[in-house]
Amino acid sequence: MQFSESWLRSLCNPPLTTDGLCHVLTMAGLEVEEVKPVAPVFSGVVVAQVLTVEKHPNADKLNVCTVDAGQGEALHIVCGAPNVAVGIKVPCATVGASLPGMDIRQAKVRGLDSFGMLCSARELGIAEDHGGLLVLPAEMKVGENIRTALNLDDHLITLKLTPNRADCFSLLGIARELSALTGAPLTLPELLPVTVTHSDRRTLVLDAPSACPRYCGRIVRGVNALAPTPERIKQRIERSGIRAISAAVDITNYVMLELGQPLHAFDNAKLSGAIHVRYPKAQERLILLNGMDIEPQADMTLIADEQQALALAGVMGGEASSVTGATADIFLESAFFAPVAIAGKARTMGFSSDASHRFERGVDFNLPQQAIERATELIIACCGGQAGEIVEAVSAEHLPTRLPVILRVARVSKVLGIEVSAERATALLSGLGLQVEPANGQEGHLLVTPPSFRFDIEIEEDLIEEIARLHGYGNIPSNPPVARATMMPAAEFTRNPMQVRHAVAARDYHEIVTYSFVEAAWEKDFANNADPIELANPIANQMSVMRSTLIGGLVDTLVTNRKRQTERVRIFELGRCFSKSDDTAKDDPSAQFSQPLRVAGLAAGLAAPEQWGIPSRRVDFYDVKADVEALFSPEELRFVPMNHPALHPGRCAEIFLGDQSVGVLGELHPRWVQKYALGQTPIVFELALAQLMARPFIDYKEVSRFPMVVRDLALVLEQSQPALKVRDALRAAAPALVRDIVLFDVYQGQGLLESQKSLAFHIVMQDTQRTLEDVEIEEIVSNLLQIAQKDFGAVLR
Amino acid sequence: MDNLDQHLEQLATAAIADFSAAAEPARLEDAKAVYLGKEGSLTILLKGLGKLPAEERKLAGAAINVAKTRIESALAARRDELKNAQLEAQLAAEALDVTLPGRGMPQGSLHPVTKSLERIEQLFRSLGFDVADGPEIESDWHNFTALNTPENHPARSMHDTFYLKGVDGKVQEDVLLRTHTSPVQVRAMLAHVARYKHLETLPELRVICPGRVYRVDSDATHSPMFHQVEGLWIGENVSFADLKGVVADFLRRFFESDDMTVRFRPSFFPFTEPSAEIDVAFTSGALQGRWLEIAGCGMVHPNVLRFGGFDAEKYTGFAFGMGPDRLAMLRYSIPDLRLFFEGDLRFLSQFN
Repeated sequence: MQFSESWLRSLCNPPLTTDGLCHVLTMAGLEVEEVKPVAPVFSGVVVAQVLTVEKHPNADKLNVCTVDAGQGEALHIVCGAPNVAVGIKVPCATVGASLPGMDIRQAKVRGLDSFGMLCSARELGIAEDHGGLLVLPAEMKVGENIRTALNLDDHLITLKLTPNRADCFSLLGIARELSALTGAPLTLPELLPVTVTHSDRRTLVLDAPSACPRYCGRIVRGVNALAPTPERIKQRIERSGIRAISAAVDITNYVMLELGQPLHAFDNAKLSGAIHVRYPKAQERLILLNGMDIEPQADMTLIADEQQALALAGVMGGEASSVTGATADIFLESAFFAPVAIAGKARTMGFSSDASHRFERGVDFNLPQQAIERATELIIACCGGQAGEIVEAVSAEHLPTRLPVILRVARVSKVLGIEVSAERATALLSGLGLQVEPANGQEGHLLVTPPSFRFDIEIEEDLIEEIARLHGYGNIPSNPPVARATMMPAAEFTRNPMQVRHAVAARDYHEIVTYSFVEAAWEKDFANNADPIELANPIANQMSVMRSTLIGGLVDTLVTNRKRQTERVRIFELGRCFSKSDDTAKDDPSAQFSQPLRVAGLAAGLAAPEQWGIPSRRVDFYDVKADVEALFSPEELRFVPMNHPALHPGRCAEIFLGDQSVGVLGELHPRWVQKYALGQTPIVFELALAQLMARPFIDYKEVSRFPMVVRDLALVLEQSQPALKVRDALRAAAPALVRDIVLFDVYQGQGLLESQKSLAFHIVMQDTQRTLEDVEIEEIVSNLLQIAQKDFGAVLR
Repeated sequence: MDNLDQHLEQLATAAIADFSAAAEPARLEDAKAVYLGKEGSLTILLKGLGKLPAEERKLAGAAINVAKTRIESALAARRDELKNAQLEAQLAAEALDVTLPGRGMPQGSLHPVTKSLERIEQLFRSLGFDVADGPEIESDWHNFTALNTPENHPARSMHDTFYLKGVDGKVQEDVLLRTHTSPVQVRAMLAHVARYKHLETLPELRVICPGRVYRVDSDATHSPMFHQVEGLWIGENVSFADLKGVVADFLRRFFESDDMTVRFRPSFFPFTEPSAEIDVAFTSGALQGRWLEIAGCGMVHPNVLRFGGFDAEKYTGFAFGMGPDRLAMLRYSIPDLRLFFEGDLRFLSQFN
């Protein structure tokens, strides 16, 4: 809602500066989004009349004018504007004037003296238009300061109104609020009922009374549709951001801005018979004023005559019945349309109108008569004509009701945390036009009835909000709250997601946040998901499906960083992945989707940053495997070869914690390395957050005071034997005296066949009760060797 | 006797000189043998004592022992000297260039928005708030209906809310991408009421709900995905004054600054009443004097309390929602929201 400060002040003029006034409005919930002066600072510009125009002797495009600027003597001014003409009134910057970006001095222009400058709107900084001089209305007084003549010491104020404050979509509404806030009196325009001088009328039929319970119409005969709009009206609507079109249309807009009632003017000659407010018929069409040819949907409401649809009720008039320069008789409409009937209708067609904006939020249903009188008065004053009677059709049972709401004064204090007396509450609410009376026999209860212009007061909390607003949010104290002190649970063996993030970052990964909606191709490539969850209204094609894996975002971020010359990239993300779920809980539709949180990481480039003393090498599977193991430590994981669409089939593993699959680890598949032009192979992992958060309870074991014995076992095996399978078999077979079996070396090469490898294990033995004897040590080691020989074909090296 | 004394004096002087001349331990031991070894000069003198007459033997023995002690202590001193010199030499040889950088792996970093979320969580935990989480593909009921947002509310249009395509290719109407973290509020309320339903009076519910939210919006200051933190406090005596106290206190703690003014101004949200917008103005720095919208809040609407299973007459509560992205931008002077979602390591690695 945009309007000019001077218009508001004509209705309510508190002793406040512009800033002060804006502050009061903002702090009452009518947020001032923007305030700017109508014109920049300038001085020395007056209304002047052009007396003579002659060609400049030395320049084709210049004229020499004599101008009456009210200084007694005519001024000689050289002017280059194409529209300069004898008799017109224009702004004249006299010698000594100061304009935005220039000062006016007496000057020689191509050899002739010039005593000032005739100005365009652009030169004064009040419009972008530079088509020539700003031609002023003929009635303006020569010599008058242009700032006064054009009311330029004014501001444009834009309010960002919340949807509940429909009543403030008018100057009257804002002024009413301002009056209640400041105590400054409200001065309403005097409403003079127009004398009815003819009996032409149209019958009104409410065929859709729930959508339109009140409709007022009146015929104004014999108007001059070409009459110019009065300057004050034109200026006010233009300063409210509405383009001036013609007197009749401008005046309907003016009354809408002033009182809040959208009006429509039809060309009465183009109407036939009674006016119906009804729902559309099948395949009915209507061309709107904005040129759109629409087939109204069944839940829209039409204004129609006996022949055809005329207008889309509460949204926009129709092209065919609109007022033109040739219109002689006007049919004025002033109606109340129910918010539910209008809400969303314009938006579904891709536009919004001032009328629909107001009706869908709620217009005072007692306003139509008053507004049609006001508009008639202004039209006749400007365009002439004779008014017919106002015909009104009402369906009282469909009009909104205003039920009284009980306000308990004690409740106000409880909710707001301040003491408010019944008197204070009464004074504040009455100031807003609410009717307040004591509730029957109930101490401390008030019965409050909202006025017809308020659509947002139905329950006690609505009233409490009004009291808080008028009392001033700033006047409510900021209290440290009082609560019973109880300790927060702090589970020792659970990590929260933040702690998991810290653990991953400690392994030299940088956290990224990528979009949860991704390209369909990523889902296909990295999850082999041909049937992803699709957005119905994606913002872009590459953000059209919900991700079921975090790998796509990691790869994409690698690409971004490579483009920016960062070669060593180690990143991770913690976020949700989405897939369709078979588990459908009827009462919670979100359960149709599995949405687990996961942590995924990617490492590419050098294993460690290039540095002295550490040979440079690329990060590999085992580097990242160590990171994954560290994240789960002290739990031991199992890594089982697998096939994964994103990963190299020979270099990836499914990760198990006990029997539970907790994620995957592997090199990105060479196909994707090539397709996404990664240049080097990244290693990626993706883990379930839930299992990372769970930590094992500490399992204390007695520390032995007896000596520890370590024997080494170096075995030669076939390459294909998985190392940890051997270790696990040895561990499983070892007696309790064996505290640990640790793989400490893997060897391939000289001394072994191509197909062989050597694995070396430390066998760590210790008893808590005694020192071990050589005989039993030898026996244990030889038993283990036998198992290795029998089960894995191992030979002692 | 005089001769012996003289001789001993010469021996001692020669020994001390020889010891000093020995530049390394082996040479010192050679020199020691000359005087104190089996065939050493002093050893021979001692062996010769037996041949002396008894009255001379005592005096001569004492004199020789004095000389021997003197030589031995000179030897010990020289041994220490040589050992120290050797250690000094070793230490000098072992000296490192301590200015060389340390080796190994650096640390990664948390995302700046995560860092802000962590601070937010810590601050509210200190006031007894729990942290709750909820689904991002959310039911329409939790996201809108239970939050008192009517059927024809503009937020429910496809201009503002992301919807999913159903199996038939049409819009699936019962779910959406959550447009705010407020639905977690509803889930937290329902869970709280279910957990304590055996009690006559429910304990206070204090919870914050951080997470990702989605809206159909994308430009320099809007991202189609961003973060929110919802906060909720419900109890028997929770008022608007408490809301102001908690949120204003939070903002001062978050920015670690008293150089700021916090104001609450009336606003409108379907799920709170009275509702407020919270603006902050810093009294110094680059943003000095500008009011910055930082959060929305209000007293939980009675309809929402009822949807959450609370008796709206007995309990009151407040809720607030704020944008950690914006808080992080203000906190770290980050000029552009898009930096958060690009994943440029030159940006991210600054936050470790």
